[in-house]
Amino acid sequence: MNTVQSVFGGQGAEGAQFLSLMTLFTVVTTIIYLLVLAYLALALWRRRRTEHTVESGDHAAEPPPQRTALIGWVALVNTGLIVLTVASFLTDRAMARTASSPALEIEIIGHQWWWDVKYTGADPSQSLETANELHLPVGVPAHITLKSADVIHSFWVPNLAGKQDLIPGRQTDISIKPTRTGLFRSQCAEFCGVQHTHMALDVTVENRADFLRWYRAGLQPAKAPTAPLAKAGYAYVMTRQCAMCHNITGTEAGSHFGPDLTHLASRRSIAAGTLPMNRGNLYGWVADPQANKPGSKMPTLGLEPNELHAVVAYLETLK
Amino acid sequence: MSDAPTFERDLADVPTSAFGSRSLTWWGVIAFMAIEATGFALAIGAYFFLMAHEHSWPPEPWLPPDLLAGTLFTTLIVLSEVPNTLAKHAAEKHDLPAVRRLLIVMAVIGAVLLVLRGFEFNSLNVRWTDNAYGSVIWLLLFLHTTHIATDWADTLVLAALMHTREGEEARRFTDTSENSLYWRFVWLTWLPIYLLLYWLPRWAP
Amino acid sequence: MSAAELARDGPTLHGPELAARLERSWSRDPGLLGWLATVDHKEIGRRYLVTAFVFLALAGVLALAMRVQLARPDQNIIGAARYNEIFTMHGTTMMFLFAVPVMDAVAIYLIPLMLGTRATSFARLNAFSYYVYLAGGMLLWIAFVLNVGPDVGWFAYVPLSGPEYGVGKRADIWAQMVTFTEVAALSVAVVLTATILKQRAPGMSLDRMPLFAWAILVTSLMVIFSMPSVALASGMLLSDRLVGTQFYNPTENGDALLWQHLFWFFGHPEVYIIFLPAVGFVSEITATFCRRPVFAYPVMVMAVVAIGLLAFGLWVHHMFATGLPRVGYSFYTAASMAVAIPTGIQIFCWITTMWLGRPRFDVPFLYVVAFIVTFVIGGLTGVMVASVPLDLQLHDSYFIVAHFHYVLIGGAVFPLLGAITYWYPKVTGRLMSERLGKLSFWLLFGSFQLTFFPMHLSGMLGMPRRVYTYPAGLGLELPNFLSSIGAFIVALAFVLFIANVFLSLRRGAIAGPNPWKAGGLEWATSSPPPPYNFAHVPSVGSATPLWDGPLKWMSGLRVDEKEMLLTTVVSARPDLREPVPEPSIWPFISALALTVMFVSSIFSPWAVLFGLVPLGVALIAWFWPKQLEPTAEPVIE
Repeated sequence: MNTVQSVFGGQGAEGAQFLSLMTLFTVVTTIIYLLVLAYLALALWRRRRTEHTVESGDHAAEPPPQRTALIGWVALVNTGLIVLTVASFLTDRAMARTASSPALEIEIIGHQWWWDVKYTGADPSQSLETANELHLPVGVPAHITLKSADVIHSFWVPNLAGKQDLIPGRQTDISIKPTRTGLFRSQCAEFCGVQHTHMALDVTVENRADFLRWYRAGLQPAKAPTAPLAKAGYAYVMTRQCAMCHNITGTEAGSHFGPDLTHLASRRSIAAGTLPMNRGNLYGWVADPQANKPGSKMPTLGLEPNELHAVVAYLETLK
Repeated sequence: MSDAPTFERDLADVPTSAFGSRSLTWWGVIAFMAIEATGFALAIGAYFFLMAHEHSWPPEPWLPPDLLAGTLFTTLIVLSEVPNTLAKHAAEKHDLPAVRRLLIVMAVIGAVLLVLRGFEFNSLNVRWTDNAYGSVIWLLLFLHTTHIATDWADTLVLAALMHTREGEEARRFTDTSENSLYWRFVWLTWLPIYLLLYWLPRWAP
Repeated sequence: MSAAELARDGPTLHGPELAARLERSWSRDPGLLGWLATVDHKEIGRRYLVTAFVFLALAGVLALAMRVQLARPDQNIIGAARYNEIFTMHGTTMMFLFAVPVMDAVAIYLIPLMLGTRATSFARLNAFSYYVYLAGGMLLWIAFVLNVGPDVGWFAYVPLSGPEYGVGKRADIWAQMVTFTEVAALSVAVVLTATILKQRAPGMSLDRMPLFAWAILVTSLMVIFSMPSVALASGMLLSDRLVGTQFYNPTENGDALLWQHLFWFFGHPEVYIIFLPAVGFVSEITATFCRRPVFAYPVMVMAVVAIGLLAFGLWVHHMFATGLPRVGYSFYTAASMAVAIPTGIQIFCWITTMWLGRPRFDVPFLYVVAFIVTFVIGGLTGVMVASVPLDLQLHDSYFIVAHFHYVLIGGAVFPLLGAITYWYPKVTGRLMSERLGKLSFWLLFGSFQLTFFPMHLSGMLGMPRRVYTYPAGLGLELPNFLSSIGAFIVALAFVLFIANVFLSLRRGAIAGPNPWKAGGLEWATSSPPPPYNFAHVPSVGSATPLWDGPLKWMSGLRVDEKEMLLTTVVSARPDLREPVPEPSIWPFISALALTVMFVSSIFSPWAVLFGLVPLGVALIAWFWPKQLEPTAEPVIE
């Protein structure tokens, strides 16, 4: 049950509060349900029956005990609902408090069908941009601003917190405070077009030191390739279609139409969770994105085998 | 079933036409008025919803609609209630000559209103494609125009009908009375729209 | 003219002689033209019912296609684009072309019979509504077959459905289909409201009206106040797409959330528009099979009215994740939870009726029991998603898919199947097979739980709605596999139910007027009823007239012309004799003209203007009174 994409995880402060509230709701509603079933079963199968039917001649009778029971039932249902409403309200307030005074500012922009993730540093040189991955330090409240570049998407890391929509023309936000480390998976939760299915975000909650190490590495520009094959790939990427959409910091590729590729090879997956990151899948993806993710904005380029080898070799250097 | 039914009343003396809530037509008209009023209310809701997005209303640099055509239209449509009420009363008194006369008056008024409405569209100072403000005021004016046009067509048909032998039918007087009721709805719904289109943009900061 | 001056054959006119005379006045012309021109509510109700079930079958096949695709992880049997079309068609068809029209169908057929009147009000409008509904459904499905079907979800959120991202005509077809079904549903709502308020049998005061009629009255009023919202929203969507307005375009200060507000202001009441008629079915069936009226009638009526009112205060609970001010959400949480109170009261009253009566376990009643067992689960998960912190996790996940199928299938389709079994003998004159009925019932009840219960789990394991596949390793394999297996058994159960409907047409036991010995007026006429429903006007002294002594009648309506009785709104005293419209081809032609106008407006906005001409001509012909026959002497029974 406690997988990388599950509301049972409870690895965030909100996720844990959700679990306790869900437990309370489940208990109360189950009790109500069992009462209904019990009353139904008794009504259908009780043996000593005083009838008030057409055949017995007094079908209009409405005996006082049942009237009293109705009032009792309404009171019971009301009490249950009031308890649940109050509990829900208090949990909501508590959730709003847990992530106050955030120590980390992040902006996530939804695109058809990938996530643009920006960490706002103290100054622009300390700001980091990546795609389809989110790293969070454990125990640190993070404030995430959510925007959309096209249609409505929804940000949802079930293990950590509930969801929040990304709406064009509006700005929404969510605060998350992860309480345990781990690797999680997030997936767009609002239907956003053909490849809504393949719009995942890999979430890594790690300790502070690991997070800072990742962050500092992320700030570094891409290293220039040294091996001949990778150099050929670099030349292809810079001079052909790739650079028209993608950014690789430290190179001439500076477009932000598609996901940032600066540290592509260090990520867990390719194309917003479509394929796990490995050499074979990089080959498969670069050779034919439309076969792997039909409708994706990345066209199938029709690379020659030698070009494909070179491009993949270069992409693998983007650690 | 009715082998030997027990009868407790003879309905032969129950009348065959009546006015107001006794007639089925009235209920039909009221139901359609409820549907259309809901539509207007929601369109007005959309107007305020979109207004909340703007710093000024109308948004810079657009100007509010010019007042002349809309105000003339409003004056005439409010005054039209006089012949409208007369027509309703004449119908309820089964006064055929008066009904014939007044329906023609109402048809002429409807035609003049439609012409004035054309000038109104021309004086909005914004096109529907310009921005959401332009879209929503065109929407309100368009929605209301469909009502003017519908009732005008209805009045024309009714006027023609009243000049045939059909006019002597008691039920046609009910139709005339309900047509007058509907016209009241049409001009009453115009008043808030007039304020929203012409005056709120002048009052709003 | 006073009664004394009228030529009359009655009360001497009775029996077969009277029936023959009425038959002559009320029957329609044979042949295709007569078929298209009919205004008999029973014929129109039957057409609605058959058409709605055809759409149910089509949407059901799409559901099976989706379950095949989702049976195992990482499958690519149906591609992403096609899958998106399929779930859009499934939801749109089920909501707009099955659920609402099927409830209208039953109401159109039964309400006049239950009220003891000869026709619905505005009989031609009723006929018109059917053709408009049919045209809307055909537009959607022909587009799908031609591969231009909508692919933006049944909710068509902008901007995905807007001019920039919803390329092609797919979203236009969706929006125009909505216009068709709204025109139809609003027309039926007007017809039913007027019928229920003005045409009840003498003596059937509001407090003696069948609970089904109450449910339909509230439903119709809800339609009147909610459907304009979606009509307006889809009209604005069409104008954004076709003439360049900016309602939903954020760069010109339009707003994507405006769509969501308008859509859910309709969309939430829609759920109760589907559920309340089912409340009516359950009440009628419970009363008949427990041999007594439903316990606490006034409380039941108040509960129905309360649901109708509360339904308009809930729409924002579909928008908890859109970042609206959080304080405002509490109101919608409280309002959403509050719906559980009237619903809980109804459940209690039905069970108490069973307690006080003597239940008979025929198929219709089994569906009532299954309804309670299933629907209450859907209601309680509804309480969960009313809570903001819970909804933010559960929203747009398969948990919601489970929730609303429990509400809509458990809460509306189970009662509907019970209702069809219950009233089938009234419509056809024969009873459905109990054996086949029980077999399909148990199969359906079990397989429904197998299909939809696991979806609660897959949702909580992070499976969002509207995905065409899911990766292995998230724990989604088992629940999805179970759902897929269950879906095929559900389909089998439906096939058996439909087989029973067809087989029983020929082989079913002859029913007679009142096979269940029920108490309502619809059982006081023959099965199937004659075109004029009742030879005389029934007079009512209680809520269950057939259980309270022999029925009394009133005479004096015309037999040479179609005539019905209007009564006063509250106490149902005889008030007016009202002519019933003759059959007419013009409602059909008007619907045709409207269809031409709506469909061509997708391609050019000018079509609206040009389309008005034939529509106007058809409507004038429709409403033009027929020629007076000066020599006709009224003949009265």
